[in-house]
Amino acid sequence: MIKITNGRLVDPANQIDSISDLYIENSQVTAIGEPPIDANITQTIDATGLVICPGLIDLCAHLREPGFTQKASIASETAAAAAAGITTLVCPPTTSPIIDNTAVAELIQDRAKAAAKANVLPIGALTLELKGQKLAPMAALKQSGCVAFSNNRCTISDSQALLRCLEYAATHDFLVIFNPQDNNLVANGVMHEGATSSDMGLVGIPESAETIEVARALILVEHSGVRAHFSQLSCERSIKLIGIARANGLNVSADVAMHHLFFTDENTRGFNSMFHVQPPLRSQLDRAGLLNALVTNGIQAICSDHQPHEAAAKHAPFAATEAGMSTLETLLPLGLQLVEQGLIDLSQLIEKLTCAPAKILGIKAGSLAVGATADITIFDPHAQWLVDESSLVSAGKNSVFIGSELKGKVMHTLLAGKRVYSAS
Amino acid sequence: MIESIDHNSSQLNDAGQLKHFLTTQELPVNILNEILDTANSFLDMSSQQVKKVPLLRGKTVVNLFFEPSTRTSSTFELAATRLSADVLNLNISTSSASKGESLKDTLMTLEAMHADMFVVRHPDSGAAHFIANQVTPNIAVINAGDGRHAHPTQAMLDMLTIKRCKGQFEGLVVAIVGDILHSRVARSQIHALRTLGVAEIRVIAPNTLLPKDIEMMGVKVFTNFDQGIKDCDVVGMLRLQKERMNSALLPSESEFFKLYGLNSERLKLAKPDAIVMHPGPINRGVEIESAVADGPQSTILQQVTNGIAVRMAVMSMAITGQLNAGQSQQTSV
Repeated sequence: MIKITNGRLVDPANQIDSISDLYIENSQVTAIGEPPIDANITQTIDATGLVICPGLIDLCAHLREPGFTQKASIASETAAAAAAGITTLVCPPTTSPIIDNTAVAELIQDRAKAAAKANVLPIGALTLELKGQKLAPMAALKQSGCVAFSNNRCTISDSQALLRCLEYAATHDFLVIFNPQDNNLVANGVMHEGATSSDMGLVGIPESAETIEVARALILVEHSGVRAHFSQLSCERSIKLIGIARANGLNVSADVAMHHLFFTDENTRGFNSMFHVQPPLRSQLDRAGLLNALVTNGIQAICSDHQPHEAAAKHAPFAATEAGMSTLETLLPLGLQLVEQGLIDLSQLIEKLTCAPAKILGIKAGSLAVGATADITIFDPHAQWLVDESSLVSAGKNSVFIGSELKGKVMHTLLAGKRVYSAS
Repeated sequence: MIESIDHNSSQLNDAGQLKHFLTTQELPVNILNEILDTANSFLDMSSQQVKKVPLLRGKTVVNLFFEPSTRTSSTFELAATRLSADVLNLNISTSSASKGESLKDTLMTLEAMHADMFVVRHPDSGAAHFIANQVTPNIAVINAGDGRHAHPTQAMLDMLTIKRCKGQFEGLVVAIVGDILHSRVARSQIHALRTLGVAEIRVIAPNTLLPKDIEMMGVKVFTNFDQGIKDCDVVGMLRLQKERMNSALLPSESEFFKLYGLNSERLKLAKPDAIVMHPGPINRGVEIESAVADGPQSTILQQVTNGIAVRMAVMSMAITGQLNAGQSQQTSV
């Protein structure tokens, strides 16, 4: 039996925020506060001054395997997740081959199990090859462990095809995740369309590229009755559209990628390709809208939208680089900055990183109730660490924080009661 | 938290001298004036019998063109030759340079040949900044056009043309007309004109050829040419690429010419002594009428002459700036 002692236990799923001991046996939480009667403690973790919370759940992390192992692998990124205090990773279907058949879904989970550092839940493709024409075998993919379905950023421009996808998913009560983006409006855009893109001479992606898809999706979600989630929203207007739909009784949820809460299109000045992301970093107003939605719960969860790249992918003039940041290991430290800024409290942050995403996915996780699986993160909210190429475990060193000190350091990560990471 | 890059830190040395010339944005007015004054002195020289000066003797200038260009590359070549530099012209089609590392590899290969200056044209915005950040210290980078971002030597030769025709910038009303959206020339002109202190900068184009929120750059937007050209001192026309007709930006060349082409009638709405500029090559009958292009108010050929002088000026200034940057580095060690 493991005893985690003297830490601040923050478990929003059970409204707990207090200094409490936690007991773990056989991969489960066996007691909170008082030890169980026949306690046989074999290991004690001293968590004095540390926070104990459910293992974080990341709604979107690109692991790059199969297909793009020059960038990263399931082994490398699950190890990074463990170091980041993330115990469950949801990976989008944009692997190569695409997750539109059970073999790929199973391969990903087999490799994750072999690595044994984090749970990996694949998202199945909504349509074959993400082409937006034929339905992917959703029921079979679900059986093989897919937790939801999405066409990622590959627009299904045929609205009838999209409606059919949603109706089929609704038949089986599958969750559909939207990364709303109209690729005709994106065209060859590489950043937010606005004064900054005009000034820099970079091709802009208009706000309407996202909002038009949010609006269309909302209409078809209502039509089909499917369970839907909007992921990585970047525009304030998208939040407003979803807010109106929710006010009208539509049960849809939304998340935002952590970096959209910190950066804007202004950061791309100077052509730093590390800020090349999709959806693009938008205006100051959009960022303020996203932060506001986080506080008012218009956005329920925060994800990393982790996209590791090899160095060469970022080593070119801005428009010629690949989009995406390596963000797993900065997820919690940045979240703690939101707490430090007084926008949300620690419990709200943990909620958006644990039980809220679990609820969106409909999975049993993100809780430390007695009997729950012991996926646990223990971190020091005050400890500083230097982000550099050697301290990042992820194979993707494409972080804008390279060379910066961040506050908030994961000390231990437990996956089903087993220690998968301890800070050295 | 994360500072965006200050343009000047990448193009000026510690003493505030030009060491790269990447953009006219945020360059201090004294540097712009130094470029104009230096160029002016070279202009006087170009009418003499011996047209060469030894300012770049023993230096190697590499013209690195990732986009086809005849005028810009030949005026740079001529400018470098008149400064007594050795010139290497490299035309690399971007299809063969499959982006990313290959650009870096190209640079490393050229550095190994001990080049002193890269003159770069590239289809990607920010390419010149990228190259300036990549090259080893003491190699100067001159931006000869990057994507839609900047074409600072073109803008400065236009400034020189304005200055020589008008004497000063104060009080001038300048209109830039045509495809603003895709134009690196327009962006560099706007930044330079603002710093040099003209009274008003106007941009004239249909909405499909205007970048979003362009007013934020400090310009007045007109979609009606006749209104926009009224009382202008300078009319800067832009080249319209023919392929714009295929991308739902414009219905036809003839409709564009009707609404946004400069003809003699329209030019009468500007001040009587207004000058007409064009970066060339011109599309006669698309953005400008032949009578205007060849007329007394046109400065198109003067611009070409001024272009050589401006390029000589920035090349000699950047080499000096690099030399001084190198020395201050050595003394600080």
